Amino acid sequence: MMGTDVKQEWPLWEVFVRPKAGLDHKHCGSLHAPDAGMAIQLAREVYTRRQEGTSVWVVKSSDITASDPGDKAMLFDPMEDKVYRHPTFYELPDEVDHM
Amino acid sequence: MYTQAMDVGPREERKALRTAQEAELEARFDERIDGGGYVEAKDWMPDHYRKTLVRQISQHAHSEIVGMLPEGNWVTRAPTLKRKAILLAKIQDEGGHGLYLYAAAETLGVSRDQLIEALHSGKAKYSSIFNYPTLNWADIGVIGWLVDGAAIMNQVPLCRCSYAPYARAMVRICREESFHQRQGFDALNVMMREGTDAQRAIVQDAVNRWWWPSLMMFGPPDGQSVHGAQSARWGIKRISNDDLRQKFVDATAQQAQVLGVGLPDPLLKWNETRGHYDFGPIDWDEFWRVVGGHGPCNRERLAARVKAWEDGAWVREAALAHAARHSNRKEAA
Repeated sequence: MMGTDVKQEWPLWEVFVRPKAGLDHKHCGSLHAPDAGMAIQLAREVYTRRQEGTSVWVVKSSDITASDPGDKAMLFDPMEDKVYRHPTFYELPDEVDHM
Repeated sequence: MYTQAMDVGPREERKALRTAQEAELEARFDERIDGGGYVEAKDWMPDHYRKTLVRQISQHAHSEIVGMLPEGNWVTRAPTLKRKAILLAKIQDEGGHGLYLYAAAETLGVSRDQLIEALHSGKAKYSSIFNYPTLNWADIGVIGWLVDGAAIMNQVPLCRCSYAPYARAMVRICREESFHQRQGFDALNVMMREGTDAQRAIVQDAVNRWWWPSLMMFGPPDGQSVHGAQSARWGIKRISNDDLRQKFVDATAQQAQVLGVGLPDPLLKWNETRGHYDFGPIDWDEFWRVVGGHGPCNRERLAARVKAWEDGAWVREAALAHAARHSNRKEAA
């Protein structure tokens, strides 16, 4: 809560839009709204003015837990030398290479 | 729409004293920018990079919002239902663009209310172009053709800005902006080809009034731009003011011929050796006068924004109170 003479801002929401059936919802931006219902309404006006979506998710920004950019190396670098996790790592005989 | 914030605001200086750790972080930051890398909201960034971006992005946002006013002036008087629907869609886009940009600025640690307060107190600027009046219907077409045309030229390089949330907002904006320019040209083209002599004269008059202010949208000449070098270094600005202005003149001079209107510059002439159009001197005194608050509509624009904000206060408060009561009820249940 802010001080009494400071007007309180509407909370921030993150907006996810599914571009068309069969695709994932994708983060497309954020907006301020007083509650979830209004956030959906406003997301429609702000992010889908040209049929960019068929479904919208909104989630309060404060409810998102994100990884720390400082931990990027610790979290993601260990995968760098695990090339055997990719199919292209394996050289197969030509006759079965479409496998 | 666009803002000359990079050129007309005070320069954000780097802190005089830095710790060894800060210096190292900054070296790593510079390296990333030089390599064409992007900076995300939670990444470390130098203080003056952050401040420069807050100023640039927020003033860009203000330009979008204030830019709705000159066009709003013609919603009720658009000549046909089709033109009215188009104008409404365009104005809604400008509002949307303002919101994308405010959200991008907020990722840098400023609140929406702080940004709006800076606009309303006159501390933050918006593009000088919106301090000119829209006197005729043709002005709306000319805003689309010239003003949005200039904005697109300014904005396209920003899609590759080093600050990723800004770049992402710009990608979305540029995608939508092309409709703005085309609808403007189309509205003028109809008047020129199917209109009466009086209507053609109205188009010419609007072009005469908006041409020079449009050229000013690119900001002062490169030699006088205080932020150019540092902003180019950071990948915030990628093409110089004068280069963009030249590109705009080259493109629009040809479009004007197609349209059949003259441009109000006796020195405008194709230069075979340069491969560009030469054009006459720009009245920079007028530019600085308008930026300084003394354009034809500065007071009116700001007063309209402040009134809208104050008149809407009860709605914002009521919506918040409703949401609070609703969530209390849910918790009690």
